[in-house]
Amino acid sequence: MAILSQEEARKIIDKVLSYSKADEMKVELTGGRSGNIRFARNSVSTAGATNNLSLSVTVVLGKRIGTSDINEFDDASLEKAVRRAEEMARLAPENPEYMPMPGPQTYAKPQAFVETTANMKAPDRAKLAGASIKSIMASQLSGAGFLEDSSSFNAIGNSKGLFGYHKNTSVNFSLTIRTPDGTGSGYAAGDYNDVTKLNTGSLTDIAIQKAKASQKAAALEPGKYTVILEPLAAGELIQFMIRAMDARTADEGRSFLSKKGGGTRLGEKLLDERVTIYSDPTDVQIPSSPFSAEGYPHERVTWFDKGVVKNMSYSAFWAKQKGAKPLPEPSGFVMSGGTQSLAELIKGTEKGILVTRFWYTRWLDPQTLLYTGLTRDGTFYIDKGQIKHPVKNFRFNESPVIMLNNLEALGIPERTRGNMVPPMRIRDFTFSSLSDAV
Amino acid sequence: MKRRDFVKLSGLGMGASLLPAGLVAGHRISAEDLLNSGPDTAVKKRMADVALNAAKSKGATYADVRIGRYLRQYLFTRENKVQNIVNSESYGIGIRVIANGTWGFASTNEMKPESIARCAEEAVEMAKANAEIQLEPVVLAPQKGVGEQVWKTPIKKNAFEIPVKEKIDLLMEVNGAALKNGASFVNSNLFFVNEQKYFASTDGSYIDQDVHRMWPTFTVSAINKQTGRFKSRDALSAPIGMGYEYLSDNPAEKIIVPNGPTVYRYAYNMIEDATAAALQAKEKLTAKSVPAGKYDMILDPSNLGLTIHESVGHPLELDRVLGYEANLAGTSFATMEKLQSKSFQYGSKIVNLKADKIQPNTMGLVGYDDEGVPCKQWDLVKNGVLVNFQATRDQVHLLGEKESQGCSFAESWDSVQFQRMPNVSLQPHPEKYSIHDMIKDTEKGIYILGRGSSSIDQQRYNFQFSGQLFYEIKDGAIVGMLDDVAYQSNTQEFWNSCARICDKDDYRLFGTFFDGKGQPGQVSAVSHGCPTTRFNGVNVINTGRKI
Repeated sequence: MAILSQEEARKIIDKVLSYSKADEMKVELTGGRSGNIRFARNSVSTAGATNNLSLSVTVVLGKRIGTSDINEFDDASLEKAVRRAEEMARLAPENPEYMPMPGPQTYAKPQAFVETTANMKAPDRAKLAGASIKSIMASQLSGAGFLEDSSSFNAIGNSKGLFGYHKNTSVNFSLTIRTPDGTGSGYAAGDYNDVTKLNTGSLTDIAIQKAKASQKAAALEPGKYTVILEPLAAGELIQFMIRAMDARTADEGRSFLSKKGGGTRLGEKLLDERVTIYSDPTDVQIPSSPFSAEGYPHERVTWFDKGVVKNMSYSAFWAKQKGAKPLPEPSGFVMSGGTQSLAELIKGTEKGILVTRFWYTRWLDPQTLLYTGLTRDGTFYIDKGQIKHPVKNFRFNESPVIMLNNLEALGIPERTRGNMVPPMRIRDFTFSSLSDAV
Repeated sequence: MKRRDFVKLSGLGMGASLLPAGLVAGHRISAEDLLNSGPDTAVKKRMADVALNAAKSKGATYADVRIGRYLRQYLFTRENKVQNIVNSESYGIGIRVIANGTWGFASTNEMKPESIARCAEEAVEMAKANAEIQLEPVVLAPQKGVGEQVWKTPIKKNAFEIPVKEKIDLLMEVNGAALKNGASFVNSNLFFVNEQKYFASTDGSYIDQDVHRMWPTFTVSAINKQTGRFKSRDALSAPIGMGYEYLSDNPAEKIIVPNGPTVYRYAYNMIEDATAAALQAKEKLTAKSVPAGKYDMILDPSNLGLTIHESVGHPLELDRVLGYEANLAGTSFATMEKLQSKSFQYGSKIVNLKADKIQPNTMGLVGYDDEGVPCKQWDLVKNGVLVNFQATRDQVHLLGEKESQGCSFAESWDSVQFQRMPNVSLQPHPEKYSIHDMIKDTEKGIYILGRGSSSIDQQRYNFQFSGQLFYEIKDGAIVGMLDDVAYQSNTQEFWNSCARICDKDDYRLFGTFFDGKGQPGQVSAVSHGCPTTRFNGVNVINTGRKI
């Protein structure tokens, strides 16, 4: 059984903790199952299913740390994992940055587990994929897609009395539809905790519509353009910024949050005042784990408030150096938006470019958070509030920090890749060259 | 390891003392456990036969079995601290079948006969369920069984036999050298992999392989707090299919390039490179920002290797060409029609690119691929013309060929095998020509070393690459260091602008340890060899910005 209940997990963790008198000890249990189906050229290509249940034991002797994992759960195996971790700790060099484990914590209770998703089986996946394929074939197009569902749990306990338990389900579906002549391509994707919220039909319809509409794109000169970024595109750049909010890196002078002359930009207004970004494991749209791997709680944290840097993430070690509270990096974020739909944002655009998604986005400079990448699967020219024609894909060179200072308008946030991100209109977005790719 | 975890842990932003769970692909074990030889071949053969028989009895028309034991050791340090040492083992069985003309796959780490048989039956059940939405049956190229075979990476020193203390001492010396020479921060890492892979199939093959590869690397950073600027320089090492002997000092394997750093072939002096890196990271703080424009680009193998990977290796994967990767990695500009025309000028006439799974010291070197096909080499681009793709048994008939090219690979026993890139390399020019000659022959150019930022579109036309070190060339000489450099081009234009290639004495390997592909994502490791090469009139952009 890959999903253990809270009581079952606690029983195993307590048993393992009883096997050692190490200075400190941590036990983590993770388990779950996942299944997937992949299709291309309107036919299934591969599929798979996995089950896993694993236990990890970390033993601390002074400042020496050893960890071992095992996936056998009889008493002898559990004890073997503890002895192996002790042996590794004895052999390990001292870690001068080791921080004592946290004691009991209070965790939020996100509702991230949905039985319907947990119960998905291979025929359910084949049915969902098959319905999408049927629709694509009826449109005489070619589709490639991927559906993956999972249910999992994780539990953590330590010798200082900390205990946490969380279970989660997720389902992701994405598809790319191409026209037979190779001149059009459209994409759509959805991710949820609850499979009943996943509408593969409507996502397939969006991808079909984009594929048809993107045929025979016109070339525009590279340069600075007003863009409307759909949530998938905008979210990709913003998540890089959220992942780069480590306080130690900033204090060390090697982050976009480092200040000239030393120190950090905490408290400075860095972005447009309409930008507020927070994380909250109990958010009903993107519920996530209430604790980090070290056992520190994920709580509601505001990272940017009206454009001001409000928080940075702190490891336990760095928090102690700086007299701060340990603050783990969030697993998802919410960016506040406006009230306009994507269609309304388009309607309010005099001239601009609509971007469906980005591809192969990679860093260029960690100091300015400059990234490069390309538009893909639906890029359109907007004139006087209307989509006029498809345009060839562009390479961009842009920083989310610069982008969020050139904000014109925000729409209604949508869930994308585990985050809530609004569509946004940005002026002076830098496209540096053209791509012939469709 | 997920790429994101790797980037975070191996370079900037490294701070946590414990690794995220996703990093450990397997169970963490002691260093001594890494030296256990695992089950013997006879035991693996018995388990494989259980799976093959169970699959056939349930209606599979073909089945293959991979029993894998994957050992890994990762060492992470920063400045004078050891951040973590991870030893892991992952062991289990993956069973792939064809039933009702459709692939099915299942895996388990319960290595008991009844669990293995049940796993094989699950794979058949999945194939039959998915046959409902299969348009055409799988066509598998014939592969005669090779019987019982054994193959090993030809290493001289097994890295797992080297005491951990010796490895840590080396990294501490590396970090010390960097700090002594002015680095503000340094992260150094060693990665070692041993894949013990047993393959069996209903064709009659029983193949036992022992594969080794390794990667020593570091990132050195220099900071000027007054200006608020920081710059880094990564190691110029290559991840490689060698044993610990790669980490030795051998003057015969060094090339000292003009006015620049030392580069390495099959012996890497990590301390020497870290010393140079610290000095160069400081120099980068005051380097001139590049004026955008057209330049002749002289690319060291440590830079060009990645460009080969992205602009040749990936677009010539047949699964991309056909559309199987359309939803993630994309398709390819190199279409079947371009191959069939036999006249598609991929590059200039001096460009010869080979696929090669038997090249010594490479990370893609194995005796047999993950469908039991004996490995070989073949031409991809000959005298500039596109002549072939890379394919697996279920694709090769689409090329009109009857024999697989041996490009099947799975990341682990629990992932399904599919088409992955072999080593793809640019062949040296037959005439004697050195990097010194090349710089002398260049009027306005930029010489780039090291792997930097990279990005390419989903059909592999438009790309942008950066690097670690950029030197300005004027009238046949290096005149100084540049900063903010990235080169942009179109794949076909770029390879057709290839003007000069150095000879075999300059030939070196580049490698990528975590090349991602597929859904669910899998990584593979592959090498790309080439000598220093010049491309004329390439567009260079300035990536300097202010926030």
